[in-house]
Amino acid sequence: MSFDIVEFLKSLVSLNVAEYLKTVVGDQAWVNFVSDVIGVVIISTFCLLIVIFLIWLERKVIARMQDRIGPNRVGGRYGLLQTVADVIKLLIKEDITPAGADKLAYWLAPFLTVIAALLIWAVMPFAPGVIGVDLDIGVFYVLAISSASVVALLLAGWGSNNKYALLGAFRAVAQLVSYEVPMILSLLVPILLARSMSTVDIVEAQTVPFIFVVPLAAVIFMISALAETGRTPFDLLEAESEIVSGFHVEYGGMKFGMFFLAEFISTLFMSGFFTTMFLGGYRLFGLENLVIGDGWAIGRLLGLIIFFVKMFAVYFLFIWIRATWPRVRVDQILNFNWKFLVPLSLVLILAIAVLDKVIPADAGIYARSSILLLANLLIAMFAIEIMRTVARRKRKESSGDAAMTIDESEHNDVHDAHDSHHEVAAAH
Amino acid sequence: MTTDQVIFIILSVITLGTALLVVTLRNLFHAALALMATFLGVAGLYVMLDAGFLAAAQLLVYIGAISILLIFAIMMTRRLMSADEPAFNSQVWAALVTAVVGFLVVLWAILRLTGLGTEDLSILWRAPVDSKPIGLDVLPYIQNSVAAMGQAFVDPNGFVLPFEIASVLLLAGLVGAIIVAWPKAEDEES
Amino acid sequence: MSQEWQFIAIFIVLAPIFPAAPVILNHLLGPRKPNPIKQQTYECGIETVGDSWVQFKVQYYIYALVFVIFDIEAVFLFPIAAAFDQLTLFAIVEIVIFVVLLSMGLAYAWGRGALEWI
Repeated sequence: MSFDIVEFLKSLVSLNVAEYLKTVVGDQAWVNFVSDVIGVVIISTFCLLIVIFLIWLERKVIARMQDRIGPNRVGGRYGLLQTVADVIKLLIKEDITPAGADKLAYWLAPFLTVIAALLIWAVMPFAPGVIGVDLDIGVFYVLAISSASVVALLLAGWGSNNKYALLGAFRAVAQLVSYEVPMILSLLVPILLARSMSTVDIVEAQTVPFIFVVPLAAVIFMISALAETGRTPFDLLEAESEIVSGFHVEYGGMKFGMFFLAEFISTLFMSGFFTTMFLGGYRLFGLENLVIGDGWAIGRLLGLIIFFVKMFAVYFLFIWIRATWPRVRVDQILNFNWKFLVPLSLVLILAIAVLDKVIPADAGIYARSSILLLANLLIAMFAIEIMRTVARRKRKESSGDAAMTIDESEHNDVHDAHDSHHEVAAAH
Repeated sequence: MTTDQVIFIILSVITLGTALLVVTLRNLFHAALALMATFLGVAGLYVMLDAGFLAAAQLLVYIGAISILLIFAIMMTRRLMSADEPAFNSQVWAALVTAVVGFLVVLWAILRLTGLGTEDLSILWRAPVDSKPIGLDVLPYIQNSVAAMGQAFVDPNGFVLPFEIASVLLLAGLVGAIIVAWPKAEDEES
Repeated sequence: MSQEWQFIAIFIVLAPIFPAAPVILNHLLGPRKPNPIKQQTYECGIETVGDSWVQFKVQYYIYALVFVIFDIEAVFLFPIAAAFDQLTLFAIVEIVIFVVLLSMGLAYAWGRGALEWI
């Protein structure tokens, strides 16, 4: 088949150029290879370039939330080129390697974090049919790569030949490894509901977005994602005021830039992943399947835009949380995980598994969703009640009668009322 | 030389080479890193056998959990930062002989069971044509191999007993390791 | 090797280029004036005291250990979740038993006080 400009434009609009070129050139092995290479380059370049925008966005939004202006000098009134200036600054810094550093580990660590952050984007569904590769174990692949990237932290900490770096690396690994468990368990819920580990299947299964069906799983995943990417309130690992920047204290220039880059890429990925798993990805009431005229599938372009809007909405939530919430202490972080989140997610996955089997198969989507939603809310209320009781008990132990709750002070008021009654009675 | 053969040779060199490094390196941390590279090579070999799920499980469990546990265990018992141990002790020859004998036994068992010696060697890396799970003819054939595996885990005619015993084994491992690692309540700060 | 994993393989081969480019650029562009003071490791602005060796708390090991157990549990649970359609109620009971057994491990660690961060 020869090259037809209209068909090419149609494939461009439907984001399917590779398929069209395959029909023109023929389906040979090298064609697949070249289209894969181009796909890899597009994804990686997109990640690297969008970080420039993300850093600017974060600084501006946090500034506005803190009643400041943020960058407004470089590149016009809105400081749009601020990040470019920062990148150039990092590029021309001196490349210092600390004495006694283990060369292999020290140099490998920043690369590994960025590579892991890039690799997970291969299974992100941007639009119907626009995905790096639709692995049938998509979600599992993401978890595997995230888990394997924890090693890079140990490399950084140990390779720096610095006590603080090593200590920071241990704590970082302890936190990351602990929060993998609720992330795994909460991701089991959408997989169970969609009956598949493929990200595309999960998006296609969300006629009702899963956040309205299993909001508790969404919340648990959000908390674990915050901890996994090392964002506030879990940014103890790299905060400058704690443990002097943790495991990357000995890194300067672009090597430090790489850790920074990896954090932003994985935060954006987690936002995208959250929209895929719980917000319905690129779906919006079937808009993504729109085909107008004679085969102009603009629905795909619309799907891409919808996906980006949702992803950035979640990313804005990440920024908002960073701007407003304080940092949590390391023992609080770990206790919260092992004593609250993990049992909660275990109970949740068991409840969802049992309920999903017990609800008869022909109950219809909305009935099923409402029953699961109800179960979620019940479990959440129960969990919050338990947390309040435990907190109340702890407060009573730790500070005697100084921290009375309303019930107890009311109780005392009643006692006082009784006493005053007695006094009045005695006075009579 | 097909691409598959080239990739297989590269992966084998990585796996075997780093495995050799694990046992010969003097620096313990480098040996642990080499072990992780070995696991990566094995994961690549799983991918070549069309077992993508196993490759991801290898990454998740071995590299993401067990290697870290190993490094922590090394750090708990030795001064890792100045680790420069001699790589071999007096038992090295006995160990070498045992490893070679073990390898020959496994090789013989595989050749006997699969009749490998009688066919051409391409069976080593060619993906199986018929991907039906072995010994589970009573189960309906599911196209997706991972779902087939999942069903086999809980099917009474499948592997449910090993599945439950695995959980008991994991529980025993966890309890045992905590008993060994955690100081008893009577001893104060160790 | 199937088509899907070819993409991942290409990704793994090409991905190192993207972080390597800025770092190499930094190495080339940055000034090169090493002196022993700059290359000292950081310790609150003073000379380092003693070997770089930290007291390793057994807590880190316990967390990694419990994580290994739950990780392997996840490896079992993921295929089961993917095959959920074909499962019977009996299978659900089996899954519940599996998860409860492993939760007992967590409960043991909790009761033993092994999950406290000292």
